[in-house]
Amino acid sequence: MTIDEIQQGIIEDFSGFEDWMDKYSLLIELGNELTPIDPKYKVESNLIRGCQSRVWLHQEFTEGKIIFEAESDALIVKGLVALLLKIYSNRTPHEILTSEPRFIDEIGLRQHLSPTRSNGLLAMVKQMKLYALAYEKISTKGN
Amino acid sequence: MIPDLSKIRNDFPILDQKVNGRPLIYLDNAATSQRPQQVIDRVNEFSLQINGNIHRATHFMANKTTSAFEESRESVRSYLNATETAEIIFTHGTTESINLVAFSFGEAFIGEGDEVLVTEMEHHANIVPWQMMCSRRGATLKMIPFGDDGVLSLDQMDQLITDKTRILAVTHVSNTLGTVNPIGEIIAKAHLNNIPVLIDGAQAAPHFKIDVQALDCDFYALSGHKMYGPTGIGVLYGKRRWLDRMPPFLGGGEMIDRVTFEKTTYNEIPYKFEAGTPDYVGAIGLGAAIDYLVSQDKPMIQRYEHELLMEATLKLKQIDGLRIYGEAPEKAGVICFNIEGIHPFDLGTLLDQMGIAVRTGRLCADPVMDHFGVENMIRASFAFYNTFEEIDAFYKALIRLKGMFQ
Repeated sequence: MTIDEIQQGIIEDFSGFEDWMDKYSLLIELGNELTPIDPKYKVESNLIRGCQSRVWLHQEFTEGKIIFEAESDALIVKGLVALLLKIYSNRTPHEILTSEPRFIDEIGLRQHLSPTRSNGLLAMVKQMKLYALAYEKISTKGN
Repeated sequence: MIPDLSKIRNDFPILDQKVNGRPLIYLDNAATSQRPQQVIDRVNEFSLQINGNIHRATHFMANKTTSAFEESRESVRSYLNATETAEIIFTHGTTESINLVAFSFGEAFIGEGDEVLVTEMEHHANIVPWQMMCSRRGATLKMIPFGDDGVLSLDQMDQLITDKTRILAVTHVSNTLGTVNPIGEIIAKAHLNNIPVLIDGAQAAPHFKIDVQALDCDFYALSGHKMYGPTGIGVLYGKRRWLDRMPPFLGGGEMIDRVTFEKTTYNEIPYKFEAGTPDYVGAIGLGAAIDYLVSQDKPMIQRYEHELLMEATLKLKQIDGLRIYGEAPEKAGVICFNIEGIHPFDLGTLLDQMGIAVRTGRLCADPVMDHFGVENMIRASFAFYNTFEEIDAFYKALIRLKGMFQ
């Protein structure tokens, strides 16, 4: 499935909710289900610090794809992290660089990506894109 | 007797609105309070009808503005019971007031090897300016710790004071613990050792009538936007005997007496410390906020605010796994807490969905977070326009949200 198809699936999952509580309950559930980041990667150098919550992001580049692992100390943020991993992990740098996480806007959670929230999510997306850019450069050089 | 809340709430039109489809419950007053119509009208008057730069021109509007600005200074003087208006300096807020003292007092009175004393419960605004000054002057910053109940360990003050201590800076009311510090006692103790005292009054001025003469503090700093006034305006009260001997903080217009390229002589206080065009509209608005506060039955309001805090404390304590940070016998305005297993950001986000505004995060008080070994806290803070019904709704919202995480 393409990134866009996965995003479409997420949007459909969320579109059935009329009550905001159901939407957040699903995010909390997704947060709880997220595989915790390997403790050895939960280190200062992988930390994206927000004033409100923290996000840890680790990546590995294998066979032309970036595998991300991430986690947050806040559950709602963790739920959103799980969704971001779903679309961006195990993708080529090119796929990551050419896709925007539009689902966040469409499921009505845009405020979580606004700079004022300082929950680390916006910085996480930026960081994933930076990794993609770096690996794209490495792969092109290799060719 | 409780105040006439429908009348009071009518004065604050912003409160009557829905947020995320629910009636707004505003419990973030310690961050910024709302403004009554009287302040809004006064500020509007100086946008719609009158506007001229102060102390500079002879025309009608400039004269009107200057009078209103100086009348505000008099309102502040009277509210703080300062001896003279020259001791009232308008700043951009508590942060600038403290920076002003840290810089100018530091330049005049602090040198290599000297010491500055603060407390563990200070807001960053009452730590960082002193640190900056200490590193510039070669001085050392020391702090008085607090106990887990949120009470300052004043018995340690005696050991921390040395013949090198040049100034003590302490908050009147803690922005996290809510502790009302015994500043009268602290000031008296410091003065016995000839140490002047700066009081951070940002969280106290909205709740208490301040009497700087009775307190005998040397400096008192406050912010307009936390006491129903506009943002970007604050006050520094300072005793003349210090202000006269301190060099200016910022240079520019208004603060000068005579400028030549060889030498500039400075204006008298308070103008010496008000370089450039001040936020005169803000100052006029702050004057209106103080007039509004003075027009209220202050003892009744103070009692009512205390009852709101007690009621919220009692209710919150009924919630399993909820811990309140700071349980000093004397508290005002704020409750900081965490619920076991729930991240403050999650709770704050969901409360917002229910129309309830609280503060979450590190609250500009890293040392307080470190003291309790937590990353963040949730803070609910109250003003006299809050109601018991709102506190009940807040309590019920917490119970409901707690269920979402189980």
